[in-house]
Amino acid sequence: MPSLKDVKMKIVGVGKTKQITKAMNMVASAKLRGAQSRIEAFRPYAAKYHDVLAELSTKVEGNAHPLLNEHEEKKTCAILVITSDRGLCGGFNGNIIAKALKLAKEKQAQGMTVKFSCVGRKGRDAVRQAGYEILTAFADRMGSIDFSLASTVAQELIHGYETLDFDEVHCIYGEFVSMAQQPPKSLCLLPLKTPKAVENDAPAENGPHCEYIYEPKEEQLLAELLPRYVKVQVYRGLLDTSASEHAARMAAMDNATRNCNELINSLTLLYNKTRQASITSELIDIVGGAEALNG
Amino acid sequence: MSTLELEVVTPDKTVVRETVEMAVCPGVAGEFGVLPNHVSILSALKIGDLRYRVNGKDEHVFISGGFADMNNNVLSVLAESAEKAADIDTARAQAAKERAEKRLAEHSDTVDTTRAHAALARAIVRLQLAGH
Repeated sequence: MPSLKDVKMKIVGVGKTKQITKAMNMVASAKLRGAQSRIEAFRPYAAKYHDVLAELSTKVEGNAHPLLNEHEEKKTCAILVITSDRGLCGGFNGNIIAKALKLAKEKQAQGMTVKFSCVGRKGRDAVRQAGYEILTAFADRMGSIDFSLASTVAQELIHGYETLDFDEVHCIYGEFVSMAQQPPKSLCLLPLKTPKAVENDAPAENGPHCEYIYEPKEEQLLAELLPRYVKVQVYRGLLDTSASEHAARMAAMDNATRNCNELINSLTLLYNKTRQASITSELIDIVGGAEALNG
Repeated sequence: MSTLELEVVTPDKTVVRETVEMAVCPGVAGEFGVLPNHVSILSALKIGDLRYRVNGKDEHVFISGGFADMNNNVLSVLAESAEKAADIDTARAQAAKERAEKRLAEHSDTVDTTRAHAALARAIVRLQLAGH
């Protein structure tokens, strides 16, 4: 049986761990609220952008812009992996990385060279360890994501696609579905697929549909809109990953706190048993001594 | 008096959502005014000043380029950044202007002149608007 002092120390230790996990849970929940409100703030922009592009893409021919064209020869594939910078958030980063590496394997099997672009330290480290070429990596930026970061990341990918350095660009990030669900999501960034307008509900309620005036010409307008659409998608990936990270961390820390409680309970039980055992043995000693004197 | 709805949205927030009497947008092909019930139009915008009138009073918003979409009497302006004239950070704009001017003065190959020019233009318009 362990000594009383050892058990006591262990209980104190677990208690301290519990304090930390509890604090991390609360910090994550505060950060999650911030991240969620940013997603909310971004939604009108993304939705409007989607509408405008859907409207415009019905007006122009299929191959109006290099970002829409599929390359005939597919040699290189770029994958953008968005993960968090820090761990302690359950399997969140692991799932994203696994999905990314799986995709990389598939592309390699198709005979393509795979290159990575990473946002988030965890993804970068994993990709580096797997031995893939890293084009750019942004670490320690998940805490301060803004549109200009998305812009920088997307610009490089767009440039690579236009100069035929890449023939396909994919993006893998943690989609924020709900507090309990943050599945890794894979998205084909380039060649771009223009959003299709939802045909069913649009025509009736919008009243008479009149022709748009475009300024400048449709093709030029598209050339301005499309690269920004890629940025919008990357930004969305960043925001989603950031919210998912905090949600995943909250869940993980909640679990950890619960485990600490369980551990403390069982250790306290052990402590009491040990204490009682030592009292019992002392009593036996005393009684035994008294018996010996009387005898 | 007829009115139209104006929304100015950026990735970070909705800057303006108001019922206005008219708006003037800095289009790439020149400024254009939008009155209520304007025909549907989609135009690219350059860096500049978006003016709109509420209750006979003119308001100014800085736009760092983007798009204006007028449809069903709703004018939506999508910009990467936008600020109401009152919210412009003059000190930051001044610093950005000096930085851009310095970059342009260097004439070295490492300087991305298009970006520096854009930064300079943004700073100048911001300063002009803040001075109103």
